[in-house]
Amino acid sequence: MSFPLLTVTAAVPAVGAILTAAVPAGRRTAAKWLALLVSLATLVLAGLVFARFEPGGDRYQLTESHAWIKDFGVRYELGVDGIGVALIGLTALLIPFVMLAGWHDADPLETSSKRWRPTQGFFALILMVEAMVILSFEATDVFLFYILFEAMLIPMYFLIGGFGDRAHSGSDENAAAQRSYAAVKFLLYNLVGGLIMLAAVIGLYTVAGNFSLTEIAEARANGTLEMATGTERWLFLGFFFAFAVKAPLWPLHTWLPNAMGEATAPVAVLITAIVDKVGTFAMLRFCLGLFPEASQWATPVIVVLALISIVYGALLAVGQRDIKRLIAYASISHFGFIVLGIFAMTSQGQSGATLYMVNHGISTAALMLVAGFLISRRGSRLIADYGGVQKVAPVLAGTFLIGGLATLSLPGLAPFVSEFLVLVGTFARYPAAGVVATTGIVLAALYVLVLYQRTMTGPVKEEVRSMPDLRPRELAVVAPLIAVLLFLGVFPKPLTDVVNPAVRHTMSDVGKTDPTPEVPVQNVEAAK
Amino acid sequence: MNALTVHSMWTTAAEPLNKIPAPKIEYVQLAPVLIVVGAAVLGILAEAFVPRRGRYVTQVFLTLLALAASFAAVVALAAGGYGTTKAHIAAMGAIAVDGPALFLQGTIILASVVAVLTFAERRLDPADHGHKVDSFAAEAAAVPGGDHEKAAVKAGFTTTEVFPLALFAIAGMLVFPAANDLLTLFIALEVFSLPLYLLCAVARRKRLMSQEAALKYFLLGAFSSAFLLFGIALLYGYAGSVSYATIAGVVDGSVGSVDPALAQTMGNDALLLIGFALVLMGLLFKVGAVPFHMWTPDVYQGAPTPVTGFMAAATKVAAFGALLRLLYVVLPGLTWDWRPVMWGVAIVTMLGGAIVAITQTDIKRLLAYSSIAHAGFLLAGVIAATPSGISSVLFYLGAYSFVTIGAFAVVTLVRDAGGEATHLSKWAGLGRRSPLVAAVFAVFLLAFAGIPLTSGFSGKFAVFKAAAEGGAGALVVVGVIASAIAAFFYIRVIVLMFFSEPKADGPTVAVPSVLTTLTITAGVVVTLVLGLAPQYFLDLAGQASVFVR
Repeated sequence: MSFPLLTVTAAVPAVGAILTAAVPAGRRTAAKWLALLVSLATLVLAGLVFARFEPGGDRYQLTESHAWIKDFGVRYELGVDGIGVALIGLTALLIPFVMLAGWHDADPLETSSKRWRPTQGFFALILMVEAMVILSFEATDVFLFYILFEAMLIPMYFLIGGFGDRAHSGSDENAAAQRSYAAVKFLLYNLVGGLIMLAAVIGLYTVAGNFSLTEIAEARANGTLEMATGTERWLFLGFFFAFAVKAPLWPLHTWLPNAMGEATAPVAVLITAIVDKVGTFAMLRFCLGLFPEASQWATPVIVVLALISIVYGALLAVGQRDIKRLIAYASISHFGFIVLGIFAMTSQGQSGATLYMVNHGISTAALMLVAGFLISRRGSRLIADYGGVQKVAPVLAGTFLIGGLATLSLPGLAPFVSEFLVLVGTFARYPAAGVVATTGIVLAALYVLVLYQRTMTGPVKEEVRSMPDLRPRELAVVAPLIAVLLFLGVFPKPLTDVVNPAVRHTMSDVGKTDPTPEVPVQNVEAAK
Repeated sequence: MNALTVHSMWTTAAEPLNKIPAPKIEYVQLAPVLIVVGAAVLGILAEAFVPRRGRYVTQVFLTLLALAASFAAVVALAAGGYGTTKAHIAAMGAIAVDGPALFLQGTIILASVVAVLTFAERRLDPADHGHKVDSFAAEAAAVPGGDHEKAAVKAGFTTTEVFPLALFAIAGMLVFPAANDLLTLFIALEVFSLPLYLLCAVARRKRLMSQEAALKYFLLGAFSSAFLLFGIALLYGYAGSVSYATIAGVVDGSVGSVDPALAQTMGNDALLLIGFALVLMGLLFKVGAVPFHMWTPDVYQGAPTPVTGFMAAATKVAAFGALLRLLYVVLPGLTWDWRPVMWGVAIVTMLGGAIVAITQTDIKRLLAYSSIAHAGFLLAGVIAATPSGISSVLFYLGAYSFVTIGAFAVVTLVRDAGGEATHLSKWAGLGRRSPLVAAVFAVFLLAFAGIPLTSGFSGKFAVFKAAAEGGAGALVVVGVIASAIAAFFYIRVIVLMFFSEPKADGPTVAVPSVLTTLTITAGVVVTLVLGLAPQYFLDLAGQASVFVR
């Protein structure tokens, strides 16, 4: 038996979480360093996964399979394809920066009781989320995936509700109430989505008799497993609903602005850059993999929903007065692009969507974390409370601008590559949808640049005058992220090499081939 | 004349007596029940003869010893193959010794052991007049607030009778799921109900509320018993027998011999349906299914919390066991007659329990309504009418009992000057003050809500899967919706504990003795083990899912 690399990659943060939680109350700093080291070890392991993965090889690699719950037909089955590898890499890469950015977010107040250990809890919960997210990218058993998909809500819920943003406008009590409202809204939306998926998971079992992704796909391909059209569509809807809540797709998105607004900036990054990716990842792996026909049946509606998300999210972002909510609506717009890319059913679209997941994660992390640093200095989330920051804190303003430019997909930065691929892939099949989606780019330029202009340029506001520039710790968070954005912007090949074969498999799942560009060929014929 | 002839002059030889055959009782196979009954009788004697000082220790020791011995007997029987190949009907047709019976008896005994530990807890309340006190009244017969009560408290009396009472209740519960004729069923019902009525009435604090709860429970319980008995009479009229096997035979037409006295009524379907509906009502009352659930919140709230935990877990196990046997052994041929009704009951139970729970402000009432919702989930498994339906219900019952007892044990810890602080507003900020206790309670709540990696999820998945396979897909959808509603109020309690600021005059968390600690630990361990690695227990439930007939 070979070394269970995938299990270890997920187990290290899980064990680290337990150890971190067990650190005594007085040893806060030790707990932080322990958690950071664990997350770095996980990054090394994720790097190993990346190195050991052969892009041209089998579809699922580094597989592991053990009996788990025989009565439910459940096995502990792991395996990664290129998409999984890319997202595991993203998760492992971002977590250390999330921790570093939130280094002081969970320090207890002076008045807290001695047994209350929020710092240990904060870092342990982040590691717990990391473990569950990584394992969910590895799971090739539907049931195992479902369990993680649901279970990761609980640590996220405590992270949102327990460690709110200390910068707020109203009184303490009001802030606490808003925060717990946001946490409950997050949990209920996702739990309801998950429970509907549970019904579909049970339904899948009664049809297929087991939960193995590979076995079911194989049985469907060679005709031993017939699924009635109606059944397949219902099951698809059950799964898709849960993923659309998580992703989040309009009109199931309303929990995201609340959650991202009330959570601390690092936790907001955790939500939108990491945990939500499980939703779009699962659309690719489970919706398309298990229900290819139903996916095609639903494509027109989903494409329309994705377009609405793109435009609606961008429009609302333009109208926001709160920096964090603005970024949240921008994310909704970007998730629209990802979903559009997936359901365009072209290889450019799907590679673009996968790259988009990674790039959006990094660019949002950069923008959100710098925004978090900004907000923690002034103690306000309102755009109107800022002005002229670039004169006082030029490095902060500069990194904020780069994060913003990445968000609006400036060529040369990573998100441009993915957004371009998504649009090309969409044009090839649905030209009209491509046109509508392009407006999202225009609006992105609007909301990012207006945000920058209002907060960073203009006359220096009185409250901003004494604002310190980025500290070394903060710079250590932002600089590497920007470096990655630049690198992937000019040289995305390592990522595309890994992702493209996986996308070909997904395309063959749904039995679609890329539409051949017809017009130029006809012209050539005509010329002859 | 010799003596013999003299004697024969004034006596006459009687007809030789028709020998009454001695009933054949398989004592060994009934050992689990007999041990508990014997210990209960000994416990009563101990009340009479052991000096007051020594009673508490004697009773606790005797009770735990009896339960351990009884559990050993169950395990020995199961290991001896009585759950599978040697399953048969013992005690002249009155008691079934088979897989489901042994599995449920084992579950009831284990749940009782954990519950009895909370009965014996004496560290939570401060000592009164220098005497350690538990959750039970100093002298239950004394008028609340009267001089007599004060004297009893001063003298340090304790109601150690609760232990033999609990043992009698447990004995009844052990018989209930194994009962193989309707009369045994009825007697078992009364044997476990009467001690429970009493146990509900003996709370040490809020005594009037406790007595009110007991009275309500008794009155409604008496009604339900009457329904059950009337139903039994009608079924006897229908089949000419109270034995499950004979009734089943008459239903499917394989037993045709007509008792001349009953020739008028035998085989009359109206009697069967009405009688069966009445029996079903009696059982649904005990499991707390809507619309027979009215007693649940009041009784759960008023009863001493250890008793509530015991009742919520063990009664439910016993009653569902009896319900399963009745539906699967007596009426397998009538599936189409009872299924629609049970569908309706399951749906209103799931939704009713979940919806009403949202408005509750008392933690005990909240758990009561949650137990109603769970009864609904269990009914979904019962309705499956397949072997996997039986095994899933057995598994769910085991998982649920430990979560329930654990949760109520945590409730006993959170106290203020008036005893347990059960109003939800007082739980605000508990997570700040006592992170460990709040975290443990959160685990139980998440298990109730059916979040993956807890036993609640495994159980819920098992029953929903069984229901879906048994053709009740719509019930699964309703169940999922009810779960979502239920999740809301479990989460609300977690929000309250962790995200609210603690109040200045909030309750304190008492540090329990090893007894309650053991109970809670057992609850947490079982919850997590059944959530992470349920396979062994699913196997066990699967092997135990064949009824003997």
